Amino acid sequence: MTVRVQTEDFDVGAELAAMRLASKDIGALVNFVGQVRDMNDGDVVSTLTLEHYPCMTERSLESIEVEAKSRWNIVDSLIIHRVGKLQPLDQIVLVAVTSAHRGEAFKACEFIMDYLKTRAPFWKKEATADGERWVEAKISDDDAQGRWANAIDKPVSDK
Amino acid sequence: MNIKVLYFARIKESVNYSTEDIVLPADVNTVVALKMLLAERGEVWADLFSGKQVVRAAINHELVDDMMALKDGDEVAFFPPVTGG
Repeated sequence: MTVRVQTEDFDVGAELAAMRLASKDIGALVNFVGQVRDMNDGDVVSTLTLEHYPCMTERSLESIEVEAKSRWNIVDSLIIHRVGKLQPLDQIVLVAVTSAHRGEAFKACEFIMDYLKTRAPFWKKEATADGERWVEAKISDDDAQGRWANAIDKPVSDK
Repeated sequence: MNIKVLYFARIKESVNYSTEDIVLPADVNTVVALKMLLAERGEVWADLFSGKQVVRAAINHELVDDMMALKDGDEVAFFPPVTGG
């Protein structure tokens, strides 16, 4: 399990290849890449600046990985999250999970992203034509995390 | 007891501090009591810490709720709901 918080960009292809080739018992690799959009709440966004809480950020991401590994039979997980000043089309985050079969990797990857969104101490500030503003947290992100609260291996809303 | 307090994001900009050391009175021994103490500073502090806004707290890098007890030497952080990813 790996966590990296960095200002530099990352090479998704290289990261995924390294994870995929790490072990012959891996049959599935699922990943999510988040990137900066040029629109938010109806306004054009020119830059996005990510602040974080050093030490707590890494610890919270590591504990999310530990939680995912305790819930699903996964081989490995990787979280890379960028901080600092970013532009539209820049990559922000990569989450990747390997497992023997796809189901576990899909669920663990979504779980890690949902928890990261509501528990890891990152804050986005966006620059628009009207100046800079802090991005407000979304209720839908809390709902997405809440789905996993009572679930052993699936969102509660999955009927 | 002595604690270190950190502020992040919108809260850091509002109070114009990123970190400070505070010597707590004996009766201030929980996160919520610390929030009330900060709110007594008035102005932006009252707006932020009197309960009208959602302010999350962490002690020694762990998210905690407002009833969590404080210990000497703790690092307490206050920040808005997170928006990473």
